Amino acid sequence: MAAIYSLFIINKSGGLIYYKDYGSAGRMDTNDSLRLASLWHSMHAISQQLSPTTGCNGIDLLRADTFDLHCFQSLTGTKFFVICEPSAPYMELLLKVIYELYTDYVLKNPFYEMEMPIRCELFDLNLSQVVQKDRVALLAR
Amino acid sequence: MQFFSGSAPPGRGAGGPGNNAHMHMLYIFNRAGVCLLYREWNRPLRTLDPQQDHKLMFGLLFSLRSFTAKIDPTTAEKGNLGVPLLPGQGCSFYSFKTNTYQLNFMETPSGIKLILLTHSRTGDQKESLKYIYNLYVEYVVKNPLYVPGTPIQCDLFTKNLDQYVRTLI
Repeated sequence: MAAIYSLFIINKSGGLIYYKDYGSAGRMDTNDSLRLASLWHSMHAISQQLSPTTGCNGIDLLRADTFDLHCFQSLTGTKFFVICEPSAPYMELLLKVIYELYTDYVLKNPFYEMEMPIRCELFDLNLSQVVQKDRVALLAR
Repeated sequence: MQFFSGSAPPGRGAGGPGNNAHMHMLYIFNRAGVCLLYREWNRPLRTLDPQQDHKLMFGLLFSLRSFTAKIDPTTAEKGNLGVPLLPGQGCSFYSFKTNTYQLNFMETPSGIKLILLTHSRTGDQKESLKYIYNLYVEYVVKNPLYVPGTPIQCDLFTKNLDQYVRTLI
């Protein structure tokens, strides 16, 4: 039982910079994940246009039959979204924690180029620790 | 009379007289993307002219359905992204939420799409959408003067719809 199925991080232009799969049924190749990421980026933007009132910041939560999608957009336009089980709790918190890891291990890494795919070992390490901890906590409940 | 279960889902209390702060808009589209009905109760901001707005909404839903069918983590065999999906094929979303509104979506097997935009903190609207679809069947489909595929102009339908939406606040 996974806490989350997958994690995507998109840069401000809509390009995929990080993708991690934690247990989806089907295998998704790189091209598909890239396409889905840019598709999400566009739909996030379109949803802001269709808002009946001002001040819309895009989709936070998408609910489907078999999964939920939680999205967090930072002030700089970087989007973090997770695919998880329907009604999984504390996903917003998880996204904020992942954002913190991103700022600590990716942005503060002097060799990391902005908007490029993330290839930081420490980020991967800490991320898997956080997700694993989340999974254990979920099983324990 | 009813296709789906029983009576109208209970409204959230009496509410103010005609105060539709919670219900923003309703769209009904058919399979081809023709906007059969657009009903607005509370919309302070309009960014595009009506035609563009309808096209944008339909396009968003079409793409979102392809997206959810493809990103679904529970099925192994998924089609290619961009292939038009039949109603009911693949995992479909039923709602999304932003900080200012919530969009509730329902697609019937005949391809009729109902979209209800509500206030951000409203609960699940599946029953409301089913009831609205019921109203559509009773007052529009069963109307012998209605031509399928054209915009709806049935007074009884809009009257009952407004009445029902007023009870949802």
